[in-house]
Amino acid sequence: MSQFDKNSGGYIFGYAVLLTIILGSVLAFTSESLKEKQAAEREFERKKFILAAALGRANVDAMVAENRQDVEALYDNRVKNFVVNANGEKQEGMTAKSVNVSKEFKKPAEERVLPVYTVSKENSEEVEYFVLPVYGNGLWDNIWGYVSLQSDLNTVQGVIFDHKGETPGLGARITEAEVQNRYEGKKIYEGDDLVSVQMQKGEGADYSSAPHKVNGMTGATITGNGLNDMMLDYMKLYESYFKNFKQNN
Amino acid sequence: MSTETVEVEKVAAKSEPLFSKKNRKLVSNPLDSDNPITVQVLGVCSALAVTIKLEPTIVMCIAVWVVMAFSSTAISLLRNTIPNRIRIIVQLAVVASMVAIVDQVLQAYAYDVSKQLSVFVGLIITNCIVMGRLEAFALGNKPWPSFMDATGNAFGYAAILIIVAFFRELLGSGSVFNFKVFEAVGINYVGNGVMTNTAGACIILGLLIWAQRARNGYYEEE
Repeated sequence: MSQFDKNSGGYIFGYAVLLTIILGSVLAFTSESLKEKQAAEREFERKKFILAAALGRANVDAMVAENRQDVEALYDNRVKNFVVNANGEKQEGMTAKSVNVSKEFKKPAEERVLPVYTVSKENSEEVEYFVLPVYGNGLWDNIWGYVSLQSDLNTVQGVIFDHKGETPGLGARITEAEVQNRYEGKKIYEGDDLVSVQMQKGEGADYSSAPHKVNGMTGATITGNGLNDMMLDYMKLYESYFKNFKQNN
Repeated sequence: MSTETVEVEKVAAKSEPLFSKKNRKLVSNPLDSDNPITVQVLGVCSALAVTIKLEPTIVMCIAVWVVMAFSSTAISLLRNTIPNRIRIIVQLAVVASMVAIVDQVLQAYAYDVSKQLSVFVGLIITNCIVMGRLEAFALGNKPWPSFMDATGNAFGYAAILIIVAFFRELLGSGSVFNFKVFEAVGINYVGNGVMTNTAGACIILGLLIWAQRARNGYYEEE
């Protein structure tokens, strides 16, 4: 290196350019070569979440640990999907997979299309659970999830929540089974009014006899409020579909 | 740390065994008497942020170690070519690339873990210990001692984080590795909100520094 003056403008400029090209290529290569694997992981997670909301998270997690193929097979066998609009009308020619829920979230509520997943009973065509994707705002970034309702379209079978940037240990606890289990068996209707399920402020109180309330998360009130808004907004969006379904069945 | 002059700790250039006493010291010193967090008080930001629970803390420590080890070795290999005036930017570029790669690999092969750590993997870039060791050590030493130095400091960082996380999870959430300890022994324990907040980490870290300095007889130089 002695033939170069390391402090000359030319050397510094050349060094910076070379470094940028090398590091840029390394990063681009890493990103390109891992892209497919990452997309497959995300797609698998979507299926896992839908099944977990309806069939119980512990069951699905155990199945994932044992054999991932079983999860795919179960999904193919029992999960069907279609898309409805805000008036509850089925949209022909659309599949739930083609709907990007986060993009739909940015549109005005009445223009959104909404995916509906149904989980049928084992070896039967009869629908056992509905699984509805929800999307909303947390404290730092977006939160989303899947809400599973029993075939009465009132009782919550299970929920799965996920987030992008909520505080670990506080708002990020929405991903924990212990928090999600609190929603099981709650009701979204009070008489004919859709009131959804509301997470309360503070933690530790017993809401087992309150069908529309669940225990809160200490230190994560704003994430909890976001969760409540998300649940209520999306259940309201799906309400037209609920009405249509109940009329036809 | 001055930006104008480089003050570098030099390790003997003579050939020596891989795990010579000097090289072993590079690993063992940062664990206690020269700990990056409790003695040098570097990298405190992430020590406060990621220590709410043990599990993500440990994955974070591994990620920091990988980033430190690779970037220290890389900077050490490049040390004779790096122009002094842009050395900080060069270090930053190398560290940032390493962090991006670690993040991508985690997303592809350890998807669940990468989701738990979320933003904190990206924040390794801002960890003062990483850049601090590059600037103070890797720029002036051969790759192997630089790797050992990075490893030592990463372990020193990890040791403190794990202690802090243990007490925060125990007192804040009443659990260890998500296992509810107090419930298991039949005590009804209500989580301490201070411990789940950053303030709790500050208190524990302060107590740790006090205990260590009392033991080692450290005092601030006048």
